[in-house]
Amino acid sequence: MLENILQFDGISKSFFGVRALEDVSFSLPGSHLLGLIGENGAGKTTLMNILGGVLAPDSGRMRLRTADYAPRRPADATGAGIAFIHQEWNLFTNLSIADNLFINRFPRLGRSPFINRTVTRKQTAKLLESLNLTLSPETLVDRLTPGERQLVEIAKALSTGAEIIIFDEPTTSLTAAETQRLFDIIGGLREQGKSMIYISHNLGNVLELADDIVVLRDGRVVDTGPGRDFTIDRMISRMVGRAIDQIFPTRESRPSQEIVLEVKGLSQTGIVKDINLVLHKAEVLGLFGLMGSGRTELARMLFGLEPFERGEILANGVLCSRICAGDCIRRGMAFVTENRREEGLLMEATVVDNVGLAALPAFASTRFPRLLRHRQLSEAVTRIAESMRIKSGPVARTLAKNLSGGNQQKVVIGKWLMSRPAIFIMDEPTRGIDVGAKHEVYSIINDLAAQGAGILLISSELEELMGLCDRILVMSKGEITGGFNRAEFAQEPILHAAFKGHQRLSQNGRAGQR
Amino acid sequence: MAGAQVHRVLVFGWGKALAVARRILLSENFVLYLSLVFFGGLYLFMPYIAGGRNLANISSNMWPLLALVLGQMFVLILGGIDLSQTSIMALTSVIGGMLMTTRLDPALFAKSPLWGLLLSADGSPLSGTVLAVPLGIAAMLLVGTSVGLVNGLAVARFRMPAFMVTLVSMMFFSGLAIYLTKSENIMYLPDGYTRIGSGGIGLVPWSFFVVLVLGITSHLVLKHTVLGRWFFAVGKSVRTAVVSGVPTERVIVIGYALSGFCAAVASILYSARLAGGRPTLGQNLLLDVIGAAVIGGISLFGGKGKVLWALFGVLFFVLLSNALSMLALPFYTEPVVKGSVILLAALLDVTRTRLLAREVIV
Repeated sequence: MLENILQFDGISKSFFGVRALEDVSFSLPGSHLLGLIGENGAGKTTLMNILGGVLAPDSGRMRLRTADYAPRRPADATGAGIAFIHQEWNLFTNLSIADNLFINRFPRLGRSPFINRTVTRKQTAKLLESLNLTLSPETLVDRLTPGERQLVEIAKALSTGAEIIIFDEPTTSLTAAETQRLFDIIGGLREQGKSMIYISHNLGNVLELADDIVVLRDGRVVDTGPGRDFTIDRMISRMVGRAIDQIFPTRESRPSQEIVLEVKGLSQTGIVKDINLVLHKAEVLGLFGLMGSGRTELARMLFGLEPFERGEILANGVLCSRICAGDCIRRGMAFVTENRREEGLLMEATVVDNVGLAALPAFASTRFPRLLRHRQLSEAVTRIAESMRIKSGPVARTLAKNLSGGNQQKVVIGKWLMSRPAIFIMDEPTRGIDVGAKHEVYSIINDLAAQGAGILLISSELEELMGLCDRILVMSKGEITGGFNRAEFAQEPILHAAFKGHQRLSQNGRAGQR
Repeated sequence: MAGAQVHRVLVFGWGKALAVARRILLSENFVLYLSLVFFGGLYLFMPYIAGGRNLANISSNMWPLLALVLGQMFVLILGGIDLSQTSIMALTSVIGGMLMTTRLDPALFAKSPLWGLLLSADGSPLSGTVLAVPLGIAAMLLVGTSVGLVNGLAVARFRMPAFMVTLVSMMFFSGLAIYLTKSENIMYLPDGYTRIGSGGIGLVPWSFFVVLVLGITSHLVLKHTVLGRWFFAVGKSVRTAVVSGVPTERVIVIGYALSGFCAAVASILYSARLAGGRPTLGQNLLLDVIGAAVIGGISLFGGKGKVLWALFGVLFFVLLSNALSMLALPFYTEPVVKGSVILLAALLDVTRTRLLAREVIV
C-alpha cells in the first residue's frame, strides 16, 4: 500500500455563516496525481487556500507525511514543500526567467549585497533543461508563450524543492501542443516521485491524467475513487448532482438563408489574409483555430476594434468602412470578448451599471442633454438579470468583481441582450466557468439563434463547437483553411485544417504567442 | 454577579458605539460631519470663528475653489488629473483683464507683445463699451475651454499620460500669461465686472449663485445623462468602455474641456474679487484643489466622484485653512498641517473602500 503524503481530515470552513467546506476528508498518496473537480463555488479554491496557508479551517486538520500540518501563512506552505501553479500567472513579465526563479532568494557574491549572476544563470539553465525547455535564462518572461510561462512556473516550483504541486486550471491558455508537452512533463514529475493535485474544468484532461479523482459539490466530497473507474458522464453527474443527459441542449431552430453578416477579402498584413465568410440569420457559425491563428483578431476587426488594410464588412447589408465599436452596436452587433475581466466588465461597478452600459443611448432622450430614463433602464436591467438567472445580491449594489465567473459571463452577455442585436460575436464565452454555467450559456446561445440572431462562436474547445454549431470554419495562420457543415463534423479533419501550415507540432509553441 | 452585569453592559455599549462609528465612517456625508465637528470644536476655543465677518470670509473663499474642484472632479472621475487648471486661471485672468481694462500705464505695458496691436493707454478696443464685460467674460470662458480641449486631445488622441500633458500645459500657459503682460497686474477693471466679486444679494455673494448653477449642472450631467455614465465607465475601465461602444476619446476630451471651463469660471470669480488681471493668479492653488477633491472622497484612481463630495471636501478644506490662518501660526506650519490632513484623507478613503467592499459581501 502506498504511503499517504498528504491527508485532509474533516476540514470545515464557513464564511459569514455560509458553509464553504463541510467535513472534507481525503488523502493524496505519494507519486500520485489527484484530480480535484467540482463546479465553481464547490469549495476547491477554499480548500486549496487552506492548504496554502491563506485561510485557516474552522475545524479539522491536515497531515503532511506523518506530522500535523497547520500553515499560518503562505510561506509555511512553501517551506513544507507545497507549490501552487495558478491559472493566473504570478510571473514578473518585465524580468528574465532567472530573475523570476530566484526573485526572493538570489544567490549572493559572498556576504555582499550583490547578486551572483553566474550561479543564478547556471541553476536556472539546469532547471530549464530538466523540463526540456530550450530557452536562455536571460529571456524576458514577456517574450514567452503562455505554455512556456507555465513551464517556468513549474521550474519555479521545483526550484523551491516542492514535493507536492497543485495545478489550478493550468491549460486554460495553452495550445493543444503546449498542453501535450505539459502533460508529458507532469508524467515525468510523477516518475520522479512528486505528488500533484490537478484542478480543472476540462474533465477530459483530468480523466487522462488522474490516478485518483475527488469530486466536490457544495463543500462536501461527493465521490472519490481511482481515475480509471470514472467516465465523463459520472464526473458531470456527481459534480452537478443530477444527470445531464446531454451537455449540449438540442437546437430546435434552423438557420435561414438571409445573410446578416458578410466579410469579403478581409486582410491585414501578418494577421489575417483574404478572409471571406457569411453568417446567416438564426445560424450558429463556429470559428475554430489554435491560439494565434488570427481568430480573435478577426473578431476584433469585425467589431471595429482593430484596423484592417483591405476588404469589406457588410452588416445587415450595410457596408462598414472605418468603423468603431459604437457604430457596430448601432448596426445591431454585439461582442462578448474572450477576457471578461479586462474588456467585458467594469469590475468595480454594479451589475446594473454593467448590464446597462452598452445600451445607455437607447435609454436616453435623443436630443442634446441626453437625459437618462432611469426607471425604464433599471426595469430593463432587472428583467435581463432575472431572465438570465444572474445569481447575485441586490443588482443595484453588488459589484461585478464579487460574482462568480459564470455569473460574470452572464452579466457580459446580458449587457448585449439589452439592445437585442442581430449579430453576436462570442469569443470563448465559456472559458473558465463551471459545467452548470456552461450549460446555461449554451442554452442562451440556442435561444438567441431561435430568436433569429446570427452567432459567430469562437472556441478552442472543439467539442463545444461541434455540439452547438450549424457550420464550423477553421483558421490557421490567419487564413480560413476549412469549412464543415454539421453533417461533416469530425474531430480529425477539423484538427487537420487547424494545424495546416504548422509543419511540426513541436514548433508550434510560438504560434500561441500574442 | 453584579460585576458580570456591568461587564455585559459595557460590552454592549462598546458594540453599539462601534456600530455607530462604523455607520458614520461609511456614510456618504462623513466629511460633512467631520467638518461640523471640526467647526464646533474650534468654536469652543475661538468663538470669533463664527462671527459674521469670518463666516462671510469662509463663504467667499469656498465658491471659487469649488468651481475648480468641480472641474477637477470630471477629470479625476476619468482616471486623469488636470494640473494645468491654475495656469488656465492665470491666462484667462490676463486675457479678460486686457479686454476689459479702461486704463493701462504705458510705462508698465509698453513692453507687452500686444502693445500697439490690441493694447493702448486706453485699454483694448472693447474698453469702455457696453460689450466689454460680457465679451471679456465670454473670451475667458472660451480660452479656458480651449486650453482644456488641447489637453484632452493630447491625452485622448495621442495617449500621452495626463500628468505629463497637464504639467507641461501648466508651465506653458503660466509662462504665456506672464509673457503677455510682462509680469504686470492689469488694474482698472470696469465696475460691472468687479461687482461680481464684491456684491451679492444680502449676505450671499454672487459667486455663490454662479457656482450653484455650475454645481447643479455638473450634478445633472453626472447623474442623469449618458455622458455622465460614460465618464464613470471610462474611469473604471477604458478597454471595457471601448468594447461597449463608448466614444472614449470624445468623452476624455470633453472632460478636460469641462475642467478648463470650470477653471475659467474660477478665474472670473477670483479676478473680480481681486479687481485685477493677474498673471500669477492661482499659483498656489493646485494643492488646495487636489487636496479638497481627495478629502471629499473623489478617487485619484478614477471612477468615483460626486458633486456633494466636492462640496464637502471644499468645505472642510476651507475651514481648515481658515482655522490655520486665524491661529496665526508661523507660515511654514500651514502647508505641513494641510499636507498631513490630505494624506489622512487619502488613507481614510482607502480604508472606507475596503470596509464598504466587505459590507457588500455580507
